[in-house]
Amino acid sequence: MKTFLILGGGTGGTIMANKLVKRLDPQEWKIVIVDKSEIHYYQPGFLFIPFGMYKPEDVVERKKSYLPSSVQFIQSEIEKITPEENEVTLKGGQVLHYDTLLIASGTDIHPEEIEGMLDGGWYQNIFDFYTFEGTTKLAKFLEKFNGGRVVINVAEMPIKCPVAPLEFAFLADDYFVRRGIRSKVELVYATPLPGAFTKPRSSAALGSMLDQKGIHLEPDFAISGVDSSRNVLSSFDGRELNYDLLVTIPTNMGADFIGKSGLGDDLNFVPTNKATLQSSKWENIWVIGDAANVPASKAGAVTHFESDTLIENIVHQLKGEPLEETFDGHANCYIESGHGKALLIDFNYNTEPLPGTYPLPVVGPFSLLKESTINHWGKLAFKWMYWNLIVKGRPMPVSTQMSMVGKKP
Amino acid sequence: MVAINDFKFDADGYLVDPNTWTPELAQAIAEREGVTLTDRHWVVINYARAEYKAKGEAPTLRNITKNTDVDTKELYSLFPGGPGKKAAMVAGLHKPTGCI
Repeated sequence: MKTFLILGGGTGGTIMANKLVKRLDPQEWKIVIVDKSEIHYYQPGFLFIPFGMYKPEDVVERKKSYLPSSVQFIQSEIEKITPEENEVTLKGGQVLHYDTLLIASGTDIHPEEIEGMLDGGWYQNIFDFYTFEGTTKLAKFLEKFNGGRVVINVAEMPIKCPVAPLEFAFLADDYFVRRGIRSKVELVYATPLPGAFTKPRSSAALGSMLDQKGIHLEPDFAISGVDSSRNVLSSFDGRELNYDLLVTIPTNMGADFIGKSGLGDDLNFVPTNKATLQSSKWENIWVIGDAANVPASKAGAVTHFESDTLIENIVHQLKGEPLEETFDGHANCYIESGHGKALLIDFNYNTEPLPGTYPLPVVGPFSLLKESTINHWGKLAFKWMYWNLIVKGRPMPVSTQMSMVGKKP
Repeated sequence: MVAINDFKFDADGYLVDPNTWTPELAQAIAEREGVTLTDRHWVVINYARAEYKAKGEAPTLRNITKNTDVDTKELYSLFPGGPGKKAAMVAGLHKPTGCI
């Protein structure tokens, strides 16, 4: 009996387990999945919790409920991968042998990478919204917040769901308006990039959005540290930003065990072929989602598109056939813009987000790079699609590769 | 002396085609930006070019400081006004962008 081992039971690991049971012969293959937690969070929902749009319980499910019953689930931390031996060592010392390995261990925030971030103010008036703990604690803080300076800061790129910090700023504006205290709140968006919108077409279409919403932009802000005693965030070029509330998107890194195994880059992301999704170094190791160092967005929609290429390539390789170079970096993201509206962007490695309609020309129903109410409903409906179609590996009514249909180049 | 006008730049001053870059052009771009190149600048520029060759994009600040002996403070003194952007510009690479 051969072992197909999956490290990580989040979006990517779950999708692939569901696809693999349909494609691998159960007489020949055993599928095993390892994850430290038995909870599967609906991560897109983390954005809504601080503003009371979702309750914490709305984003929590059990991993096993979405995995096929024939898949063995082991709840454990992972110590390291030894690719020369085709082995994975778990925290307790147990060694698992694999014939084929899929790394789906995602990315996590690392506030300790920023000087002073964890001193004093952490979870007092400094919060992240990329973890269940951070976003639920931020929701409690906001309930009692009656005005002041809110700084939203992206520490460094790349980050998971790169549009989420902007969405947070837009939803915060909406939230404070609804509470009748918008005039008492100053919103600041500090980014290491040259602007909130850096691609030419996005910048032209959306460049004035921050101004219209009264959100102050601090571009090129490379954070050097946080001083909790003064509530000040500073940059390497000597700028200082005061805050009453700091919403941070700390450094994102891949799993520690990737680094320990010598399989990662500077940020513990795994060097991966961007078109085939095979490890750059090991033929029997595959990588999906945020764990890979491919230059695509770290997002569930990307992971889902990757799974279509991955399943075919895994099967090709087991049959000794050549691999498909079919993953094009396709990403498709709704961007909440507040006040019941959202934007939609659709792009890949080579094509920046363009205006138009999606998925069909003219009738859409979604508009690209433009605010609309229907886009907002699309974002809310996505939760149903996530649990019922995406993680179960069922086909979606959109194409895997990015299409130019409906777009205006 | 290389004629900087023979090359195409975008509105922000970045070289349109990174593959047309030469070390002589780096000198010319640096001059235009008011930067005098030293051996320490070249540590950064050479590393940025190597990363571009390997990965197809300009390296991040963390990437540069982790893999060369240039630390963040020195990087700011070498390329005042935003080392990420300026180093990429002199190395003939595109400015760092997000997905949107």
